Amino acid sequence: MGPRRLELTLDHCVSYPASNSTKLCVSGVNKTFRRDGKSVHVLEDIDLTVREGEFVCILGPSGCGKSTLLNIVGGFTTATSGRVEIDGEPVRGPDPRRIFVFQERGVFPWLTVEGNISFGLFKLPKHERERRVSHYVHMVGLKGFEQSYPHELSGGMKQRLEVARALAVNPDMLFLDEPFGALDSITRLLMRGELLRIWQAERKTILFVTHDIDESVQLADRVVVMSARPATIRTIIDIDIPHPRELSSRRYLELRDGLLDEIGLAHKV
Amino acid sequence: MKPWERIALPVAAGAVIVAIWIAAVHVSGTTVFPLPQRVLAGTQELAGKGVLGSYVRDSLMRVGAGYLLALVAGIPLGIALGWYPLAARSFNPLIQMLRPISPLAWIPISIVLFGVGDEAAVFLIFLASFFPIVTQTMNGVKEVPEMFRLAGLNFGLSAAQLFRRVLFPAALPQIVMGLRIALGIAWLVVVAAEMIAVDSGLGYLIIDARNAGKRYDLVVAGMLMIGLIGLALDTAIRRLETLRALRWGFRHE
Amino acid sequence: MRNSSKLLPLGVFAALTLAWHAAVVSSEQRLLPTPWEVVLGIAELAQRGLLIKYVVASLFRVTWGFAVAALLAIPFGLFLGWYRRGEAAVNPFLQILRPISPLAWIPISILWFGVGDGAAIYLIFLASFLPLAVTAMNAGRNVLDVHLNAGRNFGLSQTQLILRVLYPSVLPQLIVGLRITLGIAWLVVVAAEMIAVNSGLGFLIVDARNAGNRYDLVVAGMLMIGLIGLLLDAGMRSLANLKILRWGRAASS
Repeated sequence: MGPRRLELTLDHCVSYPASNSTKLCVSGVNKTFRRDGKSVHVLEDIDLTVREGEFVCILGPSGCGKSTLLNIVGGFTTATSGRVEIDGEPVRGPDPRRIFVFQERGVFPWLTVEGNISFGLFKLPKHERERRVSHYVHMVGLKGFEQSYPHELSGGMKQRLEVARALAVNPDMLFLDEPFGALDSITRLLMRGELLRIWQAERKTILFVTHDIDESVQLADRVVVMSARPATIRTIIDIDIPHPRELSSRRYLELRDGLLDEIGLAHKV
Repeated sequence: MKPWERIALPVAAGAVIVAIWIAAVHVSGTTVFPLPQRVLAGTQELAGKGVLGSYVRDSLMRVGAGYLLALVAGIPLGIALGWYPLAARSFNPLIQMLRPISPLAWIPISIVLFGVGDEAAVFLIFLASFFPIVTQTMNGVKEVPEMFRLAGLNFGLSAAQLFRRVLFPAALPQIVMGLRIALGIAWLVVVAAEMIAVDSGLGYLIIDARNAGKRYDLVVAGMLMIGLIGLALDTAIRRLETLRALRWGFRHE
Repeated sequence: MRNSSKLLPLGVFAALTLAWHAAVVSSEQRLLPTPWEVVLGIAELAQRGLLIKYVVASLFRVTWGFAVAALLAIPFGLFLGWYRRGEAAVNPFLQILRPISPLAWIPISILWFGVGDGAAIYLIFLASFLPLAVTAMNAGRNVLDVHLNAGRNFGLSQTQLILRVLYPSVLPQLIVGLRITLGIAWLVVVAAEMIAVNSGLGFLIVDARNAGNRYDLVVAGMLMIGLIGLLLDAGMRSLANLKILRWGRAASS
């Protein structure tokens, strides 16, 4: 017990010295909410390092606090204790260099597809703005819908629109909070393929929160498995299958079953 | 329902209503309450004298002036109250207390402040439309989903930009709804406003027609005109809700 | 923060009261009362036993007009919402009648009910009936087909379907409609009491002005109307917060 405690008090960002490739470092993060006079402990001693260009999935049951972790990393809330550093600098608030993608409800309903994609480009000259908009309209397959409003689009189109809006400002990190949760399973599968394609083309560092085991094995370089509240990191699993991944390969099934075990689910329905 | 029914059913219902009206007048043997045809004749008489047009115009002018003032004062105030929670906590109790006071109850005060005439009438209409606009705008700004605000901040917007590019457009459907409610109320109050010794307008027509010789045909004619114009105003302002940039905020069947 | 959030509204209230006082004292005609004179006015009314009497009289009229309107308008509106043909037939006429101010009905209500409580209650009834009927109609129309089909699937008869599916699913919208309408009824009580009745808060305002320019009593009456209106609204709001109704807000937001 003694040595373990000692290890916990060590600063994660120091004990794993930041190499050039370290993008994000979370060290000893705790989060406690006050709700109705009671304090709720949501996150407990979270240590995590993410490398530049890595795709990391945070997997856990609904309501475990994984979104809270993402919100802290994104700068929308502050941790009760602990440190969060990106590129060696502490996170002080939201930053256009790292864009948060909500479920498709985050697109602005009062703007057209074009208006949404160019939302963050207000500092650019007009021709550059137009170039980027048309580039990303093309990339996410919304050609012909530039003048449409979100309520005229399907759920999958709205989700791609939100990803395009994030990519257009050329961030170096993307935070995605269960982005495909509201989509049907066929669209969800297609969207995963699209996201991987974009990630491989643009090499962003991606932090992706999900409660879907298959999704995490299909997408991530590493899967961070979290426990129920107060959330701790149970384990981190490397997904050592090259893309494109064969969903019926032995290794894929092995890793998936391993995660099922880790979360404590039986392999039968 | 077939398309022809959409027209035939109201026409049939209208015929039944008119028939009941005529029958009721005959059965009760009233000499005061007018038959539909007398109301029609009364309307023609007003139109022939040229009074109808000028009364409608005067009423619309008063409502327009009071309503525009309420809009100019109410929208900025509502935005401020929705934006600064502290301001809302300070002023909202007062606003919520003034709101249930009928514009009619203000008549004595408005006469003291503005004397008898158009200004007092405009003041009453201003009061009546001001509160719904403020309340609705305030709620609209307050209820903008947190997610939109966060997304705006994420893209590096300044406070002014956040307001202009996120909060205002997000609250706009609610504001427009407030404008619609307020226009309805302003039109309701025109009768009250025109009871303060002004000598024109549809509200004046109704009171005057009764007091000067119990011309109930003109009373009913005035009421119908108010109803029809009110409906036209509501239809017109509803068109705002179908603008493409606003349509998302309204649930349409 | 916790303290300032309670102190600030009080501070604003105090500042506005002072401003009111200063404005009255510095004006030349001094017709309008200072806040303190209004407090004395309320005390005087209470002492003469008029305050309670007038409040009760106003509440009595509003209760009757509102209750009768609710009893008739809700079934009527639900019926129209349920049978689309009925709605198509009657709706245009509801929409024409709606913008007509209850005040415009004064001549007709006097004609039908004479001068007195009957006419006053009738005006409040009119003011409440149309908004309630329209709300009930919309609520009835918006019952989800899924819910109705689920009910039929479990073998409910038509009556059971109305009691166990239609009624609970329209209830949240109806409560909102009732709240808004009670606000309107309370607005109209002033108008209703201007028709020669000799009690009530509306009467107080008109009477205090006409009989000797007692503006302290006018403002006292207005304050009472505002306060009671606020209380009525708070009461209806707590009704809407009942646990079994709370789903309606979550679903609509």
